[in-house]
Amino acid sequence: MSTKENLILSLKKFSFQYRSQSLPTLYDIDLEIRAGEKILIVGPSGSGKSTLAHCLNGLIPHLFTGKCEGEYLVQGADALRLGVFELSQNIGTVLQDPDVQFVGLTAAEDIAFSLENSCVEPALMRPRVAAVASLVEIEKHLACEPRDLSGGQKQRVSMAGVLVEDVDVLLFDEPLANLDPATGVHAITLIDAIRTSTDKTVIIIEHRLEDVLVKGVDRIILMDEGRIVADMSPDRMLSSSYLHSAGIREPLYITALKYAGAAVTEDMHPSHIDTIELGRRNDSSSAASKLAAWDIANQQGPSLRQHEVLLEVRNLSFVYPGSARAGKVVDDVSFALHSGECVSLVGRNGAGKSTLAKLICGFERENSGSLILKNRDIRNDSIMQRADHIGYVMQNPNQMISLSMIFDEVALALRSRGISEGELTERVNQALDVCGLYPFRKWPVNALSYGQKKRLTIASIMVMRPSLMILDEPTAGQDFRHYNEIMEFLHRLNRDEGLTLLLITHDMHLMLEYTTRAIVVSDGKILADESPARVLTDDALISAASLKRTSLYDLALRAGLPQPQQFVQHFIDYDRRVRSR
Amino acid sequence: MSRFMLSYTEGSSVIHRLCGATKFIFFLLWSAVAMTTYDTRIMAAMALLALVLFGVSRVRWREVSFIFALLLLFMGFNLIAIYIFAPEQGVEVYRTRHLLFAGYGRFTVTAEQLFYLANVLLKYCVIVPPALLLIVTTHPGEFASSLNRIGVSYSIAYAVSLTLRYIPDVQRVYLDISRAQQARGIELSSRASWVKRLKGAAAILMPLLFNSLERIDVVSTAMILRGFGKNRRRTWYSYKPFTFADIAVITVSVLLTALCLWITFKDGDRFYNPFI
Repeated sequence: MSTKENLILSLKKFSFQYRSQSLPTLYDIDLEIRAGEKILIVGPSGSGKSTLAHCLNGLIPHLFTGKCEGEYLVQGADALRLGVFELSQNIGTVLQDPDVQFVGLTAAEDIAFSLENSCVEPALMRPRVAAVASLVEIEKHLACEPRDLSGGQKQRVSMAGVLVEDVDVLLFDEPLANLDPATGVHAITLIDAIRTSTDKTVIIIEHRLEDVLVKGVDRIILMDEGRIVADMSPDRMLSSSYLHSAGIREPLYITALKYAGAAVTEDMHPSHIDTIELGRRNDSSSAASKLAAWDIANQQGPSLRQHEVLLEVRNLSFVYPGSARAGKVVDDVSFALHSGECVSLVGRNGAGKSTLAKLICGFERENSGSLILKNRDIRNDSIMQRADHIGYVMQNPNQMISLSMIFDEVALALRSRGISEGELTERVNQALDVCGLYPFRKWPVNALSYGQKKRLTIASIMVMRPSLMILDEPTAGQDFRHYNEIMEFLHRLNRDEGLTLLLITHDMHLMLEYTTRAIVVSDGKILADESPARVLTDDALISAASLKRTSLYDLALRAGLPQPQQFVQHFIDYDRRVRSR
Repeated sequence: MSRFMLSYTEGSSVIHRLCGATKFIFFLLWSAVAMTTYDTRIMAAMALLALVLFGVSRVRWREVSFIFALLLLFMGFNLIAIYIFAPEQGVEVYRTRHLLFAGYGRFTVTAEQLFYLANVLLKYCVIVPPALLLIVTTHPGEFASSLNRIGVSYSIAYAVSLTLRYIPDVQRVYLDISRAQQARGIELSSRASWVKRLKGAAAILMPLLFNSLERIDVVSTAMILRGFGKNRRRTWYSYKPFTFADIAVITVSVLLTALCLWITFKDGDRFYNPFI
């Protein structure tokens, strides 16, 4: 296997430093990838994994300039001398955001894009486009424009657009970042199927480890601080401590095993929930019996306090004016939020989650139904009047920040409300303090990191002292460390400031770990209003909301525990206690 | 929202089925004639023909009515401006002076000036409808390839068509941003003073601009990775070979252009002069 002939990519002592930076982003990378291998590259944000991807596909040094040292060979040729165009004939890259990389005006044109650039005659293009379209199961949508395609379909179009060139290597740069859990599983399954049927080499860069491991990989390469810190089989990686120390989230079933005090070893085959061996229940040293004992010992539930109703949504319905789509976007929806709750709002894209949030904030006006906030009908309140009680935080902080200084940004809402300077300063400082930004109050906004900007947008809403805050995908695209940072911060606001939270999310970890209730929306209707543990173990709800069954449930099944759903709840309660320590 | 924007609407008329390039060529010749001539008879015939084309295309009036009204308003301003700056432009052009009304100071009303202004208005009426028709009946996918086919460099052609495509997305982001900002108290409605509204607009445009720049960055990377700019030319998936109808339309429009220009210039003047 390891002969020089089937070596397809190799990096030796490779370092790279961006021209604008004082230190290298990649140090001494030694990496060999053989033809037909499937490799997963993981690493926290800023570990250099995206920079490595840019080196592999030639964007570095051709588009992003800087200093390269060492050697990078593609099929024996010096890749640093090849242009980005030549490399793209060998290595096809599928980028993160399927929306933005859709450059064609229809699916077919987007798939044909690179053939067009290679001056292939239109008559020859059509059969090639048709062939790859059926490989990625998008052949029925060739004439569709991007707005008529779902996120998963767009991603399949991007894959076809790369496969059409008959590349040897497929490079996926965070393919799961914009997909819901079910679509993510589908994407990983499809990548696996393409690899099996075409013998292509596959490199996946991702930090959502558990989701990629749905299908096997040959090796996991772990990056941290610009270096490769581990390069080994998934079974070995998951039984080591490398992932933990680099701040990568392990699969939940591994965390559960660790909580139960069961050692995870390589020969248990821990890389997949279907292959993991837990041993016999009657053997007291086996993982299965440790899980069972732990399950019994941790049956204490959290004390649920029921507070008064804060917001009541009654029979709310809405149709976009002049919309061609038949049916209501929000259809006779009723639910209540209690003071101090943290609730997740889940459902597939287009299910009506965002529209529901917009109706609550007054961005859209309902056709029928009522909204009762603290026993008062707020239907006739303006957007600004509602904002005094209900804050809305957009997914992308860059879309919310409009001033260049941190203090001014937070003060904006108060200034427009005519609050006196003295009170304003006090309230702004307090909001900054709660959000951990007080030391930066005199700084410009662009000195902040992404996570800090997120907190800044939250501070600029907090300053209005709302009793309810709605956040759209608060952790989308964030690695485990930033996820923890943002969510622990929100958890503190919820616990210490009594702020009620409604979180629109696809993130199953977030649902399980931080919310006490999940409202599942499908086709504008509420399908369920249950504990996240029940939602994520109910197959009908899971498929309706485009979620994925939590591996904790499968773990409980494999260990033969009597009440797998209860086990999931016990895990969540225990995990909450561990996190609050 | 969409009624403010011109966009392609599906249809099956002869005009929809023509190649984009044919429509571009027709439009270029048409505008060349319309720009050159001041011959009232030719312009009247063209305006009539434009109405016929609209009928043939079966484009619904309400799809273009808003933008047409907007352009009419603009034309109105233009006519007023011409009158203010040169109240006797018509006299100069037609070299006679039939005074209808003495007016005030230099602001006289002459038959020549009225006729001249009517001609300017007619000229707009000749150019605007085919331009709207071109946009409404050409599939955006064909826009870039058609521009490229008539000689525009493909990177510019692609930039134009991508811009057209992203307009709805930018509108959506704008709406989202503006509502989130309204929640913080930025007032854009007529209740606020114009200084406040201007400041408010800036607070929305800044994030919108950065958001768009970010997007441009990613899209250009994606395009480079798929070989955009590799060769001096490129082919087009949506390429349609010319049909008989295309060749007929191009031939007829070339001949008509020649005829119109001959009529216009045969008496040595771009203007049709009823006053002599």
